[in-house]
Amino acid sequence: MSGKQPAPEPKLRPDLYAVAMMLEPKSRVLDVGCGDGTLLRHLSERHGVDARGIELSQRGVNHCVAQGLSVIQGDADTDLADYPDDSFDFVILSQTLQATRRPRDVLDNMLRIGKHAIVSFPNFGHWRVRGQLLVKGRMPITDALSYAWYDTPNIHAFTIRDFVALVKMLGARIEEAKALDESGRPMLVNVPWGVWNLFGVQAVFKLTRDT
Amino acid sequence: MTVVPAGVTPTKAAIRREAEAPQSLVVSFGADKPLMMDAGVALAPVTIAYQTYGTLNADKSNAILVCHALTGDQHVANPNPLTGKPGWWSTMVGPGKPVDTERYFVIASNVIGGCMGTTGPASINPATGRAYALDLPVVTIRDMVRAQAMLVDHLGIDTLFCVAGGSMGGMQVLQWAASYPARVFSAMPIATAARHSSQNIAFHEVGRQAVMADPDWCGGRYLDEGKYPSKGLAVARMAAHITYLSDEALQRKFGRKLQSRSAPTFSFDADFQIENYLRYQGLSFVDRFDANSYLYVTRACDYFDLASDYGGSLAAAFKGSKTRFCVVSFSSDWLYPTSASRAIVHALNAGGASVSFVEIATDRGHDAFLLDDPEFSATARGFLDGAARARGLPPPPDQTPTVS
Repeated sequence: MSGKQPAPEPKLRPDLYAVAMMLEPKSRVLDVGCGDGTLLRHLSERHGVDARGIELSQRGVNHCVAQGLSVIQGDADTDLADYPDDSFDFVILSQTLQATRRPRDVLDNMLRIGKHAIVSFPNFGHWRVRGQLLVKGRMPITDALSYAWYDTPNIHAFTIRDFVALVKMLGARIEEAKALDESGRPMLVNVPWGVWNLFGVQAVFKLTRDT
Repeated sequence: MTVVPAGVTPTKAAIRREAEAPQSLVVSFGADKPLMMDAGVALAPVTIAYQTYGTLNADKSNAILVCHALTGDQHVANPNPLTGKPGWWSTMVGPGKPVDTERYFVIASNVIGGCMGTTGPASINPATGRAYALDLPVVTIRDMVRAQAMLVDHLGIDTLFCVAGGSMGGMQVLQWAASYPARVFSAMPIATAARHSSQNIAFHEVGRQAVMADPDWCGGRYLDEGKYPSKGLAVARMAAHITYLSDEALQRKFGRKLQSRSAPTFSFDADFQIENYLRYQGLSFVDRFDANSYLYVTRACDYFDLASDYGGSLAAAFKGSKTRFCVVSFSSDWLYPTSASRAIVHALNAGGASVSFVEIATDRGHDAFLLDDPEFSATARGFLDGAARARGLPPPPDQTPTVS
């Protein structure tokens, strides 16, 4: 801001990096479930974005506010309803949709509040997940889905294909999509959903209401 | 020297002294600049007693207005002239503190209706030469804020870098942001509400009735009569003090412990430590606060309902606001509970304002905002640091900039 050279790009988690790449600079962004504010900070410092956040844990919120970020303590399931239509350019939900109580309503609200919604999520259709269930007959535990069934916050497991179906049901349009492989690299585009669904560890979608 | 009527104790004389000739900075506005009150009266003359800390920078962009709570005053960070105790927010305001007086110019004024030098019921009514008592028009939070705006004008400051305060001070913060959005760069309403609830009004009414039931209140004319409604005011304070603490904290601190005795006395002495504690709180309060002032400031809170000035929509009060807000609540505060802060946050979001919201986990109840709490301090410091960067204020000398 004062004409100094920006510091080198800090290492951002691959899915957050993919999210950041889908945003337009100088836009108004709401990060739902912003955690410790890593993405918010990155967006406001590197992309000149007017970034706000919602976070459930007090620890996360206090950490964010103490860094000077605009974050409120709140719950994606209950508090999105209070935001007016079109109050943001982008509403982001990173790795959280599967942990909400009513994912459909959350996504619906995101599309209402923002001109665009960006959602990243772990893919329960990945071949390792399928393999564990098929071979061991036990609920899968992988790097991306590291919880036992009895204490997982991921109460709504879904695959990339499930998500695409929900988007269609909500009458939204996919503007951009990425699947990330096991090393966090973006996979080839222009392959059938089934390939991503089998080999994508996580996915990032940019959506908009179909008007 | 102030003439002390016969029958007034030295401490009560000190209260009168602070009301009439405070140990504070003072500015007076004459008939050419009256205070336009919600009661429909143009009040003049008006005196405002205030304190400042730190230095105003050249472009006057580093001023923080601190608004005090019900029985607080302008002595935020210096020893109180009446009690000798440290200023009520000396944990938060001072050199190197979250409200860093090495970076910011801090202003704190006594509210209209108060008793520490700003015009209030204990001030002399120039029309009669006697204390106003109940002849002072009923004061509102908005009146308090209008008076503060007159002070800020007088200091030559256009935009305040921040307005901060807890409880009734938080109401003033909200009123500032609604009335003068362009003059408030950032705002920190703490442990407060955008309107007084029925329960809030109920507790205040108990306090006022206790004062007015004391025969020494004399219909409000106790200063003329050389009397003082100490008992009524003490009971009012005792009842109010319970609302400032949580059940949990009281249990932890006092439980059912007996006061300097091994068994109940089968009398109405203060057998329990909590009784003794409350009696002490009541007694020490009457040595520092004017009884009529207590009526006025409690009434001001009761009348506060910010949304009602904006067609019933709190969001409309903040619509299009460019102010950066940081709303803080405390988990065990049942006087102005977290739900009241959430209502403010929802309205700010709906109005499109920039807002942070933190609920501090504590068992210390409403009074937690006056106490040293690391989470609260870190929140306030971080919020002000962020706002200072956005305002273009230089970082503190010992802090290297982290943002290019």
